[in-house]
Amino acid sequence: MEVGFTHHQAAHCENGVASNLLKHNGFDISEPMIFGIGSGLFFVYIPFLKVNHAPAISYRPMPGTIFNKAAKRLGFSVKRVKFSNPKAAEKALDDNLKNNIPTGLQVGVFGLTYFPDEYRFHFNAHNCVVYGKTETDYLVSDPVMETVTTLTHKDMEKVRFAKGAFAPKGQMYYPTSIPKKSDLPQAITKGIKETCRDMLAPVPFVGVKGIRTVAKLIPKWAAKQGIKKANHYLAQIVRMQEEIGTGGGGFRFIYAAFLQEASVILKNEQLKVLSLEMTKIGDLWRDFAVNASRVYKNRSTQTDVYNTLSKEMLHIADLEEAFFKKLKKAIS
Amino acid sequence: MKKNEVPQDEGNLSKSNMKELVYATDENGNYTTELSSGWEPKTIALSNSLEDINERVAEALMRVKDSKSSPIVYFMEVNRMDINILAGYVGMWKWRIKKHFKPKVFAGLSDRVLSRYAEAFNISLSELKKFKAE
Repeated sequence: MEVGFTHHQAAHCENGVASNLLKHNGFDISEPMIFGIGSGLFFVYIPFLKVNHAPAISYRPMPGTIFNKAAKRLGFSVKRVKFSNPKAAEKALDDNLKNNIPTGLQVGVFGLTYFPDEYRFHFNAHNCVVYGKTETDYLVSDPVMETVTTLTHKDMEKVRFAKGAFAPKGQMYYPTSIPKKSDLPQAITKGIKETCRDMLAPVPFVGVKGIRTVAKLIPKWAAKQGIKKANHYLAQIVRMQEEIGTGGGGFRFIYAAFLQEASVILKNEQLKVLSLEMTKIGDLWRDFAVNASRVYKNRSTQTDVYNTLSKEMLHIADLEEAFFKKLKKAIS
Repeated sequence: MKKNEVPQDEGNLSKSNMKELVYATDENGNYTTELSSGWEPKTIALSNSLEDINERVAEALMRVKDSKSSPIVYFMEVNRMDINILAGYVGMWKWRIKKHFKPKVFAGLSDRVLSRYAEAFNISLSELKKFKAE
């Protein structure tokens, strides 16, 4: 069985799934819009959670929250189900397909056989859409892929029941009601307000302050944990920032694209100016990635390079702080 | 990032003919999308992590060879897992898994327990039981 479904490639999996599922239901909305309205821009440092033997750093919120927030603000409802039993999970998915409902899934990346081997890590916050089933395979629309792909029934069970941090527990989700018309300006304003609040949060692990905390740790990692570990941690920062699904520059370019679209809808010229500013900040994140990669490639032993990187990141944090203060003013 | 600056480096993606989508600005400064085959700093970051994994695997293999660790440690590293992830897959407490890391304890494990590990590592029971570090 197969549901007619149009695949659009996206920069980031969760926005992409959300945007594709809504388009399928006749609600035409771009990926950056979902990202902005769902307050997708974020920064968090979780020192006690280790991912690939390095502290967890994320440039986006918890899996699922972008779609949920966008849904709430645009006025459609999303059904989300988790399972403890793989057989029940399979049946629920198959029932959905029988009812012509393309279904979003949270999956683990390690078992995604259509990914290049180098990308297959135990990372459980990936999203894709299943739109059909054959004798042997499930038909999969993974937004970060250029075209649609497949997974065997067995592999599907594996990725849905991947284990470790953020284990998906077979989670599936799909929009159940679509509003004919949404209050887009209000949804945009709400999304922006929350992003400003998060990025300017007075908590040392979140937003601009979180970026500062990590920036200050870089030289300390080198001094206390040794060059090897420090380089591994640096590589982890760059990977989270530039991995498939971030659209480059730790999501900054997607956000800039959102602000540009928003400036037209809200008829707010200031947002267009801020979009350009966010693009520049995104470029600086990319410069940071270039410089960081030089450090762990050359395995430089000077302690100064870590201080330079740290200063670069602190500079970005200053720019972002000023940026989000301006953004908050621009929409109030 | 301008559209003509979108990196098109050789990388882990281009090897498998994959391209990722990124947002970039056109000549008028308006946002549009462009496909990218890869970007060197990213490839280096990924290689760095893979090298790290390879080192861990080699080290685990040595420990198995010297009878300091059981094959479970080796297969855990090969599968890019840490003890938390392994605990999730086999459904056992971490302290129990840690005991199974010892070759002597491993030798006395029942097939029932071992098959849980074999399934987590996607290998057969005999592959796990007969594993010899060369």
